[in-house]
Amino acid sequence: MSKQPIYLDYSATTPVDPRVAERMIPYLTELFGNPASRSHAFGWAAEEAVENARENVAALVGADPREIVWTSGATESNNLAIKGVARFHSGRGRHLITVKTEHKAVLDTMRELERQGYSVTYLDVLPNGLLDLDAFRAALRPDTILASVMFVNNEIGVIQPIAELGEICRERGVLLHVDAAQATGKVDIDLARLKVDLMSFSAHKTYGPKGIGALYVRRKPRVRLEAEMHGGGHERGFRSGTLATHQIVGMGEAFRIARETMGAENERIRMLRDRLLAGFADMEAVSVNGDLERRVAHNLNISFNYVEGESLLMAIKEIAVSSGSACTSASLEPSYVLRALGLSDELAHSSIRFSIGRFTSVADVDFAIRLIRDKVGKLRELSPLWDMYKAGIDLDSVQWAAH
Amino acid sequence: MAYSEKVLDHYENPRNVGSLDAGDAGVGTGMVGAPACGDVMKLQIMVGKDGVIEDAKFKTYGCGSAIASSSLVTEWVKGKTLDEALAIKNTAIAEELALPPVKIHCSILAEDAIKAAVADYRSKRSAGDLPSASEYAACEPEAA
Repeated sequence: MSKQPIYLDYSATTPVDPRVAERMIPYLTELFGNPASRSHAFGWAAEEAVENARENVAALVGADPREIVWTSGATESNNLAIKGVARFHSGRGRHLITVKTEHKAVLDTMRELERQGYSVTYLDVLPNGLLDLDAFRAALRPDTILASVMFVNNEIGVIQPIAELGEICRERGVLLHVDAAQATGKVDIDLARLKVDLMSFSAHKTYGPKGIGALYVRRKPRVRLEAEMHGGGHERGFRSGTLATHQIVGMGEAFRIARETMGAENERIRMLRDRLLAGFADMEAVSVNGDLERRVAHNLNISFNYVEGESLLMAIKEIAVSSGSACTSASLEPSYVLRALGLSDELAHSSIRFSIGRFTSVADVDFAIRLIRDKVGKLRELSPLWDMYKAGIDLDSVQWAAH
Repeated sequence: MAYSEKVLDHYENPRNVGSLDAGDAGVGTGMVGAPACGDVMKLQIMVGKDGVIEDAKFKTYGCGSAIASSSLVTEWVKGKTLDEALAIKNTAIAEELALPPVKIHCSILAEDAIKAAVADYRSKRSAGDLPSASEYAACEPEAA
């Protein structure tokens, strides 16, 4: 039991790249100054490091460094963007649009605004997880002030049509916020071309430290929002609070490495993901969730039908993956993202999200394939549903005990 | 989630997995639960001429506790008369496996599976040849 499982959960978080950690350490010890201290060399050194990191973050996404506001992470960025715009523009309109498969940091923020009297439209997605642009257009109202759509879905890895959404929003005078926590280093982001007004970033999904993120706030045309955090007026008043220099340095270095290596890295990761998928190709009653083409290279979300989710997770303890169930609490909740694709509770429960990353090897992938094949096979041998499926019985036609 | 040693043992080495011929007059089949609830148990008993359960087999779709509960009852019903088997209570199953409160429904399902299998066997004996379609509402709906 002392041996650690193989980590295949890079969409949950990533290890800090050793190069990043190395860059961070001096800013905890000798270069500890407050970047806001203008009167001495300690402050100047810290400020220089912060601005250097800001340039690296901006460079990865085609932004101007002055458009980057440091936050504690994507959750805070989402809160600041959505609530900040809603409050600033409440005189102009009180309607917002988002999507049912967004991260909770967006959905819960929207719910909070609803409690404050705003109205929110939660759009359905197509069975492949992508947003229907016509449905999006139809949801826009004269009083719509903001739309929030994630770049890359955290569970199924599908890439939403952000460029097209930007065109639609700009034409209709609606601000567009994009949660890009899962996108940095995975897809090309060029904010000089994308008509996106606000974009949320996180460091720890891209080999940086936890507890640091950023919000992109467009300067031209200028986007205005109300601050959430008040105090010393840091970050041009958008977000007060002493900057966490070491964290910021870490995020900057992580994003610099991402810009340098993402081309080759994503190719290697795609090869591993395809190898993983091929490893399950000849298994029966296995289905990939979410569009396989419009998808980041590192994600594979797959359902193994007729196997119950919790017993599957119990059987594959030697790999660290996420499941379509949130079984942290007493009751097994099927993933709302998979439910939004139209999956049954059973199929959602029997799904596994594999997410591959920088330190995943071919041997890791091969181990996962063998383990999954073996355990799914064993659990299906135990499953009366599998017998019924093999006997050609349509499980939907069976009269199960009503509840 | 922490499982007891006994749950893990039954989960990793389930006893009496398999199927008996449901068409055999001496076999009673009980299928309880529903896929949407996350648990389906199929328990089959082979009853001898003396009314004693000679063999038992199970297949279960469900969590580790559900698999362990059904595996355990196949061991327990063997060698028992039908009435003795019917006397097995879910509390005894839950206690033997040290099930946590959230998994008590697994033991209830296992008890129901015994009842369903016995009822199926008895209905075959009394009414000739009825198909095995015992249904039990063992799945407790969760508040949405």
